[in-house]
Amino acid sequence: MKTEEKILRQAQNRNKRLDAFQRLLLFLIICLITALGTIIWIIPDDTPGLADAVVSMQEHSGVESSVTAVLLNFRGYDTLLEVMVLLLAVIGAWSLAKAPFPRQVTNTSPVQMGVVRLLVPLMFLVAAYLVWQGSHLAGGAFQGGAILGAAGVLLLVTDLPCLRAIPAQLLRIGLVLGPLLFVGVALFCLFFTGNLLGYPEETAGWLILLIEIACAISIGLTLSSLFAGGHPEYERPQSNNPTESSGNGEKP
Amino acid sequence: MITTLLYSMTGLLLFAMGFFTLIVHSHPLRKILAVNVMSTGVFLILVATAYKPLGMGQIDPVPHAMVLTGIVVSVSVTALALLLACRVQETSNLDLPGRKKQGRIPEESGQ
Amino acid sequence: MNYFILTLFDIILVLTMLWLAWYLLNTEDIFKAVVLFISFGLLMALAWVRMRAPDVALAEAALGAGLTGPLFLSALRRMNRTRKGERRLDSDENRGKDPKTGPKQE
Repeated sequence: MKTEEKILRQAQNRNKRLDAFQRLLLFLIICLITALGTIIWIIPDDTPGLADAVVSMQEHSGVESSVTAVLLNFRGYDTLLEVMVLLLAVIGAWSLAKAPFPRQVTNTSPVQMGVVRLLVPLMFLVAAYLVWQGSHLAGGAFQGGAILGAAGVLLLVTDLPCLRAIPAQLLRIGLVLGPLLFVGVALFCLFFTGNLLGYPEETAGWLILLIEIACAISIGLTLSSLFAGGHPEYERPQSNNPTESSGNGEKP
Repeated sequence: MITTLLYSMTGLLLFAMGFFTLIVHSHPLRKILAVNVMSTGVFLILVATAYKPLGMGQIDPVPHAMVLTGIVVSVSVTALALLLACRVQETSNLDLPGRKKQGRIPEESGQ
Repeated sequence: MNYFILTLFDIILVLTMLWLAWYLLNTEDIFKAVVLFISFGLLMALAWVRMRAPDVALAEAALGAGLTGPLFLSALRRMNRTRKGERRLDSDENRGKDPKTGPKQE
């Protein structure tokens, strides 16, 4: 006990000795903040921004919500790359570790099951509504996908084998569905209108809705696989049948 | 405009606090939290500069779209970073070099 | 009057956010920090609504409350499980999980 306290005090002293460094760091950060604050201060209030440009092109975009128009039409390339980033994150996570799934469903309390049974369908409903609503109000693929991901998290927290119940092939297809469809639509536009992601005006609304649905599914699956924290079935190079072998026979 | 300034300065302060914590503290989870606070500060600045009060015209939706993608990317990057931190802890026998400074008590002294 | 109330709301929101951020970045207990971070995300959603960015607010509410928090909590649990025997000042020893080290803290 004595020794531990002594070591504790030594550690705190060592922390105190860092103070010179911390003060220097604080000084530098204050300099940085002052400079950045001055820059923000001198930005004129009436900078035009891109609002007028967006409004003038809104009717050609196929959707009524300006944020959705910017996201999926005017700056669709950004969003395409962002969906790719999500896919890359999942690939990185899968290459790092095996998901620590429980071997079987362990004593889930009835209250928890009741909550899950009530909430998860509701969350799917809200997600679908948000995606559909995205064309004219606040909402869209990201919000819907986020809610789908939250539903997946809820299922995973309850130890239900939701991510593993999905066949492995289907899970992979679901993960790449959004990016793949996005790229497909982009190439389609390249062939037919000559611009990458330059939708033909009369079908723009439908194409955007299609992309949004696919992206919402992909984002939901991506976020819940990220929460699962690794590859769903990692140690099975010998088996051909992915769904059966990974169902409950996992051995560490 | 006072509201824009208020929120921009808040974003700036959040960024500063996160930055300071990111460098000073050594626990990986704390660092990831700090990066998240920093990114929130940046988003706040972006959205605050686009803000216009009600009745002063259309709000610029481009920063909103950028922040929206930024939030989703930051969540996925956070997930990856957390997984990396967990893996580093699980697979390393040695302590990370920075952790000693934070005053971790070595186990050997207790036993 | 309306303007005054809005400005008051702004100031209270901003101060709360700053205090929460400061507290979550400096508290000893990581678990507490994570929980504070979740509430910080919800306050941010409020700020997005105030900035007239409902899209961002929806995303922040769903992601901040539904995903970031659980991600941090599960990572924290995983880390604590791997290093159970050890004791860190920065970790959650204050919560008294480890019977060996619980009573010695103050």
